[in-house]
Amino acid sequence: MTWWTLLAACLGCYLLKLAGLSVPTKVLDRPVVRRVADLIPVALLSALVAVQVFASGNELVLDARAAGLGAAVVLLVLRAPFLVVVFGAALTAALLRLA
Amino acid sequence: MSVDEQQARRRAVIRDSLGVGIATGTYGASFGAVSVGAGLDVWQTCALSLLMFTGASQFALVGTVAAGGAAWSGPATALLLGTRNTLYGLRVAPLLRWSGWRRAAGAHLLIDETTAMSVTRETEADARTGFVTTGLTIFVLWNLTTFLGAVAGTVLGDPRRLGLDAAVGAAFLALLWPRLHQRTSQVVAVLSVAVAVGLVAVAPPGVPVLAAGGVALLVGVLTRGTTEP
Repeated sequence: MTWWTLLAACLGCYLLKLAGLSVPTKVLDRPVVRRVADLIPVALLSALVAVQVFASGNELVLDARAAGLGAAVVLLVLRAPFLVVVFGAALTAALLRLA
Repeated sequence: MSVDEQQARRRAVIRDSLGVGIATGTYGASFGAVSVGAGLDVWQTCALSLLMFTGASQFALVGTVAAGGAAWSGPATALLLGTRNTLYGLRVAPLLRWSGWRRAAGAHLLIDETTAMSVTRETEADARTGFVTTGLTIFVLWNLTTFLGAVAGTVLGDPRRLGLDAAVGAAFLALLWPRLHQRTSQVVAVLSVAVAVGLVAVAPPGVPVLAAGGVALLVGVLTRGTTEP
């Protein structure tokens, strides 16, 4: 990743925040916009979970990452804090690879 | 309301904000470790926490880089995830009523947690206190723990041996989890997984995730007229 790409992405994210505080509410605050905007994180995060865990390049694979995700689900059901969920998944995958 | 009551309420806002800020700020450590595992160096990792400062977008960017996505697909995913901050801004702007440099500075702190800790307040003063206390606590801790996580990740070496590739998926799931209460969200989640998994074999890395964004658009438009709490 080049520094230019990185800085451009940072600038873009900042401008999205600033726009929210600056644009008159009635321009964007419509039910359909709000609904789509609420659903975009759900769609992207779900897809990211699937791709990060099951994809390897252009192939679908089942490896230690899936076990890590399983551990994450259990920890989330148990209402564990974020860091515990993330490092619990890492630990599970790491231990499985040692075995 | 008496001055005493106002001060007591203000202290409660600060206490709650610090709690949320400390809990959230520390998970910068996982971002730092994951980011160097994805191949970014320590300085790029720290620059992201300092300048992008919106967790889901940061994780998405480095996750897409790790997956070998095209140069544009990581930033595109990060920006799409960043659009929710725009909506947060619309919600809190009338409460905070900032202009000029305060608005420009406040915008940088506009994220999930600062919105949550200000949007429920009844007065402008309480909303600002919640927003600023939460925002600054997270900003300081997030950047500090990102650096520590990045250094630890570099020192410890091979990200796969540490299971850090599995940590990315877990981080996304943990960010997604609280959003899955509504039926519509659950449907969108299942469809998005199907779209992404279906495209993995045929599209370059990064594209399956962006395509899933289309599911949100489609479902959001098609459910026009329905109301959900």
